[in-house]
Order: sequence, then structure tokens, then C-alpha cells
Amino acid sequence: MKTYMEKTYQYGKLWIWTALIVVLLVPVLICLYYDAWPEGTALLKGLLGVAPIYWTVGCIEVITYTPMLGTGGTFLAFVTGNLTSIKAPAALNAMENAGVKIDSEEGEVISTIAIATSTIVTTMIIVIGVCALSYLTPILDSPILAPAFDNILPALFGGLGIVYISKNWKLSIAPLVCMIALFLAVPSLASSVGVLVPVGVLITLGAGRIMYKKGML
Amino acid sequence: MQFHVNDTFLYLLAIGVVIFVMAQSIFFLVRAYRRGAELGISSADLKKTVKATAIFTIAPAISILLGVITLSKFLGIPLPWIRMSVIGAITYELPAATSTANALGLSLSESIKEPTAYAAIAWVMTLGILPSIILPPLLMKKINSGMMKMKGKDSKWGDIFMTSMFLGMISAFLGMVFADVRSGLKGFIPIFVLFVSAGLMAVCGMLIKKLKWQWLETYAMSISMVGAMIFAVIITPIIV
Repeated sequence: MKTYMEKTYQYGKLWIWTALIVVLLVPVLICLYYDAWPEGTALLKGLLGVAPIYWTVGCIEVITYTPMLGTGGTFLAFVTGNLTSIKAPAALNAMENAGVKIDSEEGEVISTIAIATSTIVTTMIIVIGVCALSYLTPILDSPILAPAFDNILPALFGGLGIVYISKNWKLSIAPLVCMIALFLAVPSLASSVGVLVPVGVLITLGAGRIMYKKGML
Repeated sequence: MQFHVNDTFLYLLAIGVVIFVMAQSIFFLVRAYRRGAELGISSADLKKTVKATAIFTIAPAISILLGVITLSKFLGIPLPWIRMSVIGAITYELPAATSTANALGLSLSESIKEPTAYAAIAWVMTLGILPSIILPPLLMKKINSGMMKMKGKDSKWGDIFMTSMFLGMISAFLGMVFADVRSGLKGFIPIFVLFVSAGLMAVCGMLIKKLKWQWLETYAMSISMVGAMIFAVIITPIIV
């Protein structure tokens, strides 16, 4: 009899390949319905503007986030997107509160529940927002509220960061110093922070390995 | 067929995608919830995870809705709605739309009239994110077995490895907050917001520990995030 994890992997694969078909069907159906087939050169030019960076980021994200989110969480989070702004923090926060680790089945379960819940809530909020767009746009688009949404990442990672840093302060020093120095030296990197996540991971791993070997952890 | 960026047909496509996403999420949620109960995780803890995550998600979800609003001025509502529901992120969708519009010589200031241009943008938005959907099923087994092997060899290093992954991600985003400091006091706003968020979380942590306010665990993340966002609203007009 197959275990929960084996079944999760099988179902996950089934859902994600179906998601691929669903995702590809959208432009195909638009082309078919309106009988509008874009020129290959325009498509290629547009794609060249984004694909090199986003395909790289996509590959990096899969390698970086898969061990963090677990099997069910990964399959779900990569279909529904917004990994760094919602899914990964939601999973991390839930596992921290529940006192479980992702390499346990309990961690796998909690991570999946958190990612599924955040997906449902996000989808519902967008649905409500779309239905009430004419009422909500003046409020959400107002210059008064703009700073709140402009600062959503520091507001999110400040709370999450202190939890992890306070528990692993020795391990946090090297990546924090390096990352702050890097962004101070090259501010334009802020637009490609996704690429720098694995750099942060490698720095933490390097520092962690040295400290572990010296018996400091 | 008459084309309009807010055509009913496009709305039907969006609704189809949303139903798929909801079905997948509910499927995984129900399975994980049942398995959690089988593993002996109490119903109260499982409910707490759902409740805390739901509350925590509201503010970032509204920022995603803002992304839909931003793109809707150019692409109408359905396509941004679809893109933000599947693998989407405003950090990707806007450059993808801009890149294709530039290639076609279109302006982003008014809504698209040509179905061909609209289809081109839909294709670029879709093809640009394909690795995120193709690679997980191809690489997951290798990544997971690698992690298991490492954990089996040295479990303490395995724990440090996982913590390093989390800290690496967090440090990249914390570092990014310092990117604008050269622009003067205005550039320090994200840093102030970061510290307010961290401070609020620390206060919540102390209240949970000292006063045994366990109920606060459900709301601590949301309080620190929303509190810091409110602080940003107050401090920005004073500084800028």
C-alpha cells in the first residue's frame, strides 16, 4: 500500500501536468476564439525581453524552494505562484507556530495546509476584488495607502526574520552582513532579488558548514 | 469575433482557471488535514494553522489584487486575473506585458484594441513562466532523495542545512530593504518598517511567553505585518 507521501507525489504530478495544459490552453483558446495568431517575430522579441531572466529565476526557485515547502506544498505553490510574497512565508510561519520541521510528515502536512489555505484566501480576495473593482480601485489605488503596499515585503520579512534570526543568530550573521553589503553596493540588484536567494543560501551554508565543523553550532 | 479586453469569453476563461486553482487547493487541503488528524495533530492545532494562515494572507493578497488593478488599465481584468491566479506575480507579469508591448510598438497607457497583440502578450506571459510548472515534477524526486541521503548521513547537519535554506531566503529579502538608502531619508523608510515589524513580532513573542497568551500565536504574524504597513502610511508623508 502506498504511503501518504508517495500518493501526494503522484497526485501532485497529475495536478501540475494538468495545470500545464490549463495554462497553455488560455493563449491557445484566445487565438482560436478571436482567430488572432501573433507573428512569431513579435512573440520572440517579447519573450527575449523576459525569458532569459525569468527562466533562470524559475529554475533557481524550483531548486531552492522545493526542500523548504515539501512535496504537496511545492506542487501547489508552483502552480499558484506568488511564492516569495505569500506561499513560502505562510508555510514557514505555520511550521514555526506548529513546532514542526519540513523533513517530517507533520511538517509536510502543515506546510501543505498553509499553502492551500493561503491560495484559497488569495483567490477569493481576487474574486471579491474583481467583482467590486469599481468600488475598490479608488480606495486601493489611493496615494494614502500606497506606502503600505510599497512596503509589504519589509513588513512581512521583518516579523518572519526576527523569529528565525533570534533562534539561529550565529548562523544569521554571515548572510545578513553579506546581503546588506551587496544591496548597499549594487542597489539595482533589488529588482532581481529572486536570483539572490540561492546566493544567500550558499553563503549561509558555507558559514554554517565552517561553524559546524568548528563545533560552534 | 469582436474583441474587447473585458470580453465575456475572457471572463469565462478566467473563471475556468480560478475553478481549477480552487479545486487543486481544496484537494490538497482536505488530504493534508485528514493526514494531520491521522498523525495525531490535534484538531485545534490544525484549525489554528488554517486560521492563522488565512488572516496572514489577507494583506499580501490585497497587494496582488493591486497588481490586477495595475495591469487591468492596459490588459483589461480577465487576463491579469488569470495570470495572478496561476504562477503569477506582478514582478513578472508587468515586465512580460511591457516587453511584448514594446516589441509590438504599443503604448501601455491605454487598453489594447488588437486581438493579435493581446494574444501575443498572453503567450509571452505564459511561456515566460513555464519552467516553474515543468521543473517541479521533473526535479522533485532527485531533490528530495538528496535531502534524505544527507539527513541519513548526518542528521544535525541536515537540520542546519534546512535552517540555512530558510535563513538564506530571509537574508536576501532583508538585504534588499537596504537597497535604497542612498536616496536619502526616504530610502530608509523600508528599514524603519522592517524594524517596526520585527519589534511588533518581538512584543507578541514576549506576551506569548511571559503572559502565556497562546491565542496570540494565531495573529502575531498578521499584527506585525499590518502594524508595520500602518506605520509606513503614517511615516511616509512625514519623511517624503
